[in-house]
Amino acid sequence: MTPDLMEQGARRVEAHRAAQADRAGQTESGGREAGFSRLHTPGAVDVAHGRILYLEDVSVSFDGFKAINNLSLDIAPGELRCIIGPNGAGKTTMMDIITGKTRPDAGRVFFGSTIDLLRFTEPEIAQLGIGRKFQKPTVFEQLTVFENLELALKTNKAVLASMFFRLDSVQADRLGEVLHTIHLADSVSRLAGNLSHGQKQWLEIGMLLMQDPKLLLLDEPVAGMTDEETERTAELFLSLKGRHSLMVVEHDMSFINTISDLVTVLCEGSVLAQGTLAQVQADERVIEVYLGR
Amino acid sequence: MALLVVCAVVPALNLLVPKDSLFHLSDYAVGLLGKIMCYAICALAMDLIWGYTGILSLGHGVFFALGGYAMGMYLMRQIGTDGNYKSSLPDFMVFLDWKTLPWHWTLSDSFAATLFLVVALPGLVAFVFGYFAFRSRIKGVYFSIITQALTFAAMLLFFRNETGFGGNNGFTDFKRILNVAIATPGMRMLLFVLTGVTLLAFLLLGRWLVTAKFGRVLQAVRDAETRVMFSGYNPIGYKLTIWTISAMMCGVAGALYVPQVGIINPSEMSPANSIEIAIWAAVGGRATLIGPIIGAFVVNGAKSWLTVAYPEYWLYFLGALFIGVTLFLPQGIVGLAKMLKGASK
Repeated sequence: MTPDLMEQGARRVEAHRAAQADRAGQTESGGREAGFSRLHTPGAVDVAHGRILYLEDVSVSFDGFKAINNLSLDIAPGELRCIIGPNGAGKTTMMDIITGKTRPDAGRVFFGSTIDLLRFTEPEIAQLGIGRKFQKPTVFEQLTVFENLELALKTNKAVLASMFFRLDSVQADRLGEVLHTIHLADSVSRLAGNLSHGQKQWLEIGMLLMQDPKLLLLDEPVAGMTDEETERTAELFLSLKGRHSLMVVEHDMSFINTISDLVTVLCEGSVLAQGTLAQVQADERVIEVYLGR
Repeated sequence: MALLVVCAVVPALNLLVPKDSLFHLSDYAVGLLGKIMCYAICALAMDLIWGYTGILSLGHGVFFALGGYAMGMYLMRQIGTDGNYKSSLPDFMVFLDWKTLPWHWTLSDSFAATLFLVVALPGLVAFVFGYFAFRSRIKGVYFSIITQALTFAAMLLFFRNETGFGGNNGFTDFKRILNVAIATPGMRMLLFVLTGVTLLAFLLLGRWLVTAKFGRVLQAVRDAETRVMFSGYNPIGYKLTIWTISAMMCGVAGALYVPQVGIINPSEMSPANSIEIAIWAAVGGRATLIGPIIGAFVVNGAKSWLTVAYPEYWLYFLGALFIGVTLFLPQGIVGLAKMLKGASK
């Protein structure tokens, strides 16, 4: 390489650096360059592009009924996204697709930039770091609160490992911490089946926390809760925001108002509107689908 | 613990106490107890898969019979040339005019290989069957019906003469085991104690399995399988493991049963037999381990008394018992005992 070529190159690098400095903080990746030489760790979620979940042109139909219709949606790491929409808008179906329960007819679903969720089964997706709470609280009714949380704990979940599993002190501490967070510390040895509806909801949320997921999908988490419980749940979610990404489907507008920054409105299987709660509530189309035409 | 006592006391009462004593236990009673202990192993195996995992199998008789047939083939070979036709081949083959031993009898001369087959054969059948059934997510009553069909199909297959399992007569007329005469009191006692020890060992194995986290995952599968999946467990592996273990236990029970009873035939695979195993577990108390063992003793005790006293009413009684337990005692006898204990406090 001749000296003048080297000099030209050095100049180009300098100019590029100067240009980058101006852009700092203005791009999703904080002004960093596209990382052609980023190390890729298999299994780790790559959020360098500022997105933890992408859904792109996803469609699914059941017996000719289009439950999801060209749905595109993405979520940033640490974001708390609320999803609203009339009944049958496809909210639960969307969660089914993300968690591997339903296979879409078309479209792409990515967790981070590198993990194609359509290739994995439900347990694998759970292991990758996506936790899901069902609409109807689903806990192991014949097991105690403690055992419920212990089962959810993030650890090796193969058959042999379970036969010889012992809770170590770090895991026990983690369990105690979650018990406290979900306000069930007094009910450790109660059967989950004997809990109240709201407590079951919390136990299920606690089980998600034990999994230490990067993304939590919560389907109507405050349904059937008292006002006080709802308030505590809102506090919990706000404390999770930032560390985890959350996608919350709810009908309770005051709850959404407390926790949301960005709200997505689904209707007939695709995104109708997106913005702050005030923005979407003022949107003509949203008012139309909610109040009827 | 009571089992250990039974293992020690029963042989003593039978062998040492003189025949005319009040405490002498007849050979018939010993045979009956030994038989019931084999059934208790089946009930225990059923409890692991049904009581704990929530998968009702109505085909466990097939695993019991497979273990029994594997042992039976060995016992047939042990007859040697002492059969009715004085041939080195089993009598029924001579009767069918077969000249050589079929290929699937190859291993039946070796006792060690037989012990292996007793466990491996039911285990393999269960594994293959379970793999496809669980992978296709066949659940609940559909699974039960398929297992029922499995045992029925196996029964029809074993009924046929050309499959080489002695047709509808099965195997009988055993002479010796490990070159020792099989009908002596000492041998009978050895088999009896062996059965008792096996039952106890399986009980301990079962306890270890269900008290480990593995057992809690099984119960979780029973209560909310989707939650198990979304917690990151693959239920197929868990179901398949316990299903195969359960089948192997039944196979061992069958192998212990055949030398004590002296006969194995395809009726062991009849659908009714498999249903009876489920009834023992239900009567005793599901998901309690000890319950099904109690259930096997109670139901079979009642059976051996009733079929002598009022033979025509036995099936009605069995049906009524099952309905009664299902409606009024979902926790079975053990549940009833717990309830009474709670009430007396």
